[in-house]
Amino acid sequence: MKQRLPIMVFALVMAAIPFIPGMPPFWIVLLDNIGLAALVAMGLVLLTGVGGLTSFGQAAFCGFGAYTTAVLTTAYGVSPWLTLPASLLVSGIAAVVLGLVTVRLSGHYLPLGTIAWGIGLFYLFSKLEFLGRNDGISGIPPLTIGPLKMLDPGTIYFAIWIAVLIAALLTMNLLDSRTGRAIRALRRGHVAAEAFGVQTPRAKLLVFIYAAVLAGLSGWLYAHFQRAANPTPFGAQAGIEYLFIAVVGGAGYVWGGVLGAGIVVILKEILQSYLPYLFHGEGQLETIVFGILLVVLLQLAPTGVWPWLMARLPFKPKRRPPDTSLTLPARKRTVAAPAVLLQIDNARKQFGGVIAVNNVSFGVQAREIVALIGPNGAGKSTTFNLITGVLTSSGGTISVLGRNINNAPPQEVAKLGIARTFQHVKLVPDMSVLENVAIGAHLRGHAGAISSMLRLDRSDEARLLAEAARQIERVGLGDQIDALAGSLSLGQQRIVEIARALCVDPILLLLDEPAAGLRHMEKQQLATLLRQLRDGGMSVLLVEHDMGFVMDLADRIVVLDFGTKIAEGAPQAIKTNPEVIKAYLGAVA
Amino acid sequence: MGHAGPTPEGERPVLNTTIMLFLVQDGITNGAIYALLGLALVLVFAVTRVILIPQGEFVTYGALTYATLSAGQVPGTARLAVAMGVVAFGLDLFAGRRSLHPSLVGRAFAVNIILPVVILALTSWLAGRQTPIAINIALSLLIVAAIGLFLYRIAFQPIAHTSVLVLLIASVGCHLALQGFGLVFFGAEGQRGPTLSDTAFTVGPLRFSGQSIAVYAITVAFIIGLWLFFGFTLYGKALRATAVNRLGARLVGIRTTLSGQIAFLLASVIGAISGILIVPITTLYYDTGFLIGLKGFIAAIIGGLVSYPLTAIAALVVGSVEAFSSFYASNFKEVIVFTLILPVLVLRSLAAPAVEEEKD
Repeated sequence: MKQRLPIMVFALVMAAIPFIPGMPPFWIVLLDNIGLAALVAMGLVLLTGVGGLTSFGQAAFCGFGAYTTAVLTTAYGVSPWLTLPASLLVSGIAAVVLGLVTVRLSGHYLPLGTIAWGIGLFYLFSKLEFLGRNDGISGIPPLTIGPLKMLDPGTIYFAIWIAVLIAALLTMNLLDSRTGRAIRALRRGHVAAEAFGVQTPRAKLLVFIYAAVLAGLSGWLYAHFQRAANPTPFGAQAGIEYLFIAVVGGAGYVWGGVLGAGIVVILKEILQSYLPYLFHGEGQLETIVFGILLVVLLQLAPTGVWPWLMARLPFKPKRRPPDTSLTLPARKRTVAAPAVLLQIDNARKQFGGVIAVNNVSFGVQAREIVALIGPNGAGKSTTFNLITGVLTSSGGTISVLGRNINNAPPQEVAKLGIARTFQHVKLVPDMSVLENVAIGAHLRGHAGAISSMLRLDRSDEARLLAEAARQIERVGLGDQIDALAGSLSLGQQRIVEIARALCVDPILLLLDEPAAGLRHMEKQQLATLLRQLRDGGMSVLLVEHDMGFVMDLADRIVVLDFGTKIAEGAPQAIKTNPEVIKAYLGAVA
Repeated sequence: MGHAGPTPEGERPVLNTTIMLFLVQDGITNGAIYALLGLALVLVFAVTRVILIPQGEFVTYGALTYATLSAGQVPGTARLAVAMGVVAFGLDLFAGRRSLHPSLVGRAFAVNIILPVVILALTSWLAGRQTPIAINIALSLLIVAAIGLFLYRIAFQPIAHTSVLVLLIASVGCHLALQGFGLVFFGAEGQRGPTLSDTAFTVGPLRFSGQSIAVYAITVAFIIGLWLFFGFTLYGKALRATAVNRLGARLVGIRTTLSGQIAFLLASVIGAISGILIVPITTLYYDTGFLIGLKGFIAAIIGGLVSYPLTAIAALVVGSVEAFSSFYASNFKEVIVFTLILPVLVLRSLAAPAVEEEKD
């Protein structure tokens, strides 16, 4: 309840504002506008700041919300409250249609695409006969509760800000959950998230729809606040402004959206009312100042105002330590595990003319540590990527527990109990160690987005976090559990990746250069841990360059050179194998 | 843009060969302009990762500066160039404050202060005189080029290392500011400029004006020029190297800030030329550039923001679709043009290989 205290104080303050004697009604209008903008910005926080999907088109979704209620109430006489679900539904469906197209786009295509359909929809609104063309639709009835008609800005104020608070709570709940972690991992690329079973396209579509529905809600409120709807507030300019609001406030923070809305709306008001006095100029002086301020702000504080403020707070919010007595049920295993866990037969991968993996065959038995070694460029990491489904193979078969997993998507491979780490660490640097590791347990939780928003996921969530905490303890990083992953040393980050992989409850652990960047003692601890895991029934396949570490640890070694397997055997045999010596030291050595 | 669609509301003329040829011609003329803008956008994005929303402002600035000069007045853009130069000079001094060599200060002073001041002096001196069109064009290009150069120095160079998103937002900020300045300088009234050449000839039912020939010629010249520049010159290759890997480019001795400045310089000149080419055909307002620029964007996106020939072809398609939809459904012209991008995006997303992006 402690974390909720600032929000309750904020809610009380907001509730009290209209009752302050002598409060100018103009300020209330301003606050109404801030609330409306905050709703859209909050969606953008989730979409852009957290999920990494930039959208300039949110204003169009406001338009869907506003026009839906405008048409239904004026042309069909539907009661305003009944149009709320319709407005949200229409914006949501529009988001599904546009999202299916746009969400899969990479990087800069997405913002450009959103600009394009944002403008297209604006022109559509302004040309369609039944939407009143450029004049729009007027005479929209006010919201009513019993005898109370929300005609003036002071009454609809409550509707707007209740919506803002509810949306903020739901958004924060969503972010602090299994689904939320998956969304937060999106920004750092999809390979790591998918390796732990996250359906990234679905997660992206989810945030896209969520942001659109929030914008639709804002549009619905706007229509009943203005009692009219016309195309202007739903154009490209408005879409740009919403993104601006999110960036100013702090695109990664829910309250940044609210703060940004406050800053921008008030700033615009000040500029519009005072600039003409200062410069006696005609024209849009405020857009000039607005634009310049935007550029200056980005140079000074690219992350926005909210994190800047939070960093200056005297107290830091602390989260409750997870209750480690809770346990997750172990992943279901096939009853009688065969002796061979992983079998690779003639696996092949070609990149154009380069044969990165050339008909390589080997197997990993149950309770075995196999090392895959070879000079740089030998195809070790490519082999890992073939096994885990990151790359599609050009030939051969790969099977796990006798099941062919050729070109299965990474999520399916993860479901079979294969967990991996990455040569180039792929953690979310601005998430805590605990949260990063908990992504590993993604497939062992079940709570979806809706139940997370409504906090129905708490027992599921507590068990996930408990499991993550246990694995962090197991790899010896218990002290760093609340540290940001990006603040750890590279060696420690690799260990965090191992903890994350252990959260899968794997039968086979694939480690890509786990000992790189570790000190001597840490390497020994890692070796001890891996032996324990093997003795507990897990198999390990590792790529490693530290020969001392490998020879000491591995039960069997597979050597690759230029994509081809040149040797396989026990460490002692490999050490004296002439082919291996030749590959590492050259022919004459 | 020039509207060929001879469509009185309500009554729909039948499409015959003559009208179709007219539409095709109109589409190609518009498309050529979009191609130029698309090329500039590709260029800037490839080198600096900036999605240049203010490209449209370069168009209006070029066009309206030219129109103002032709009317014998001093355009406000000349003063803006001086003001931006002063800010850029300040930034240069601040950035180099640890080692202020006289040569560095001298160079910064020459580029940031002397250049725009000379241009302003020249425009003021020429104002009211009967200046030939060529001089007006040259002056307009100089003014807009200076603005483009300083824009990079002021707004983008300090944040050149940040993410595409931050650059994009900064780009939007520049667009807003420049458009606001455009209103102050040129007013809300639309303007037209004098044609480059009044000659015209007819082939069959089609009439080719000297203006449209100039549009085609300059577009083709730029496409070939950019292709040669990027494919065969050291500077062009340096620019491409900057685009692929800033750090790597710096390590092999390429001055990445210079690359960015060259890209913006080229983009602003291309934008200004496009503006000067269309302002005799169509009335331009201070805010027209945004839409024109966005259509260039659509072409650039179809070209994948990397391919010049594809962008040029796509621009012709965009121009033709615009011409034909203004004939068949003039009300929904913009809707159709901007919706055109969706199938393209679908194709792109289907064809896009699933590569991991290392984002910061």
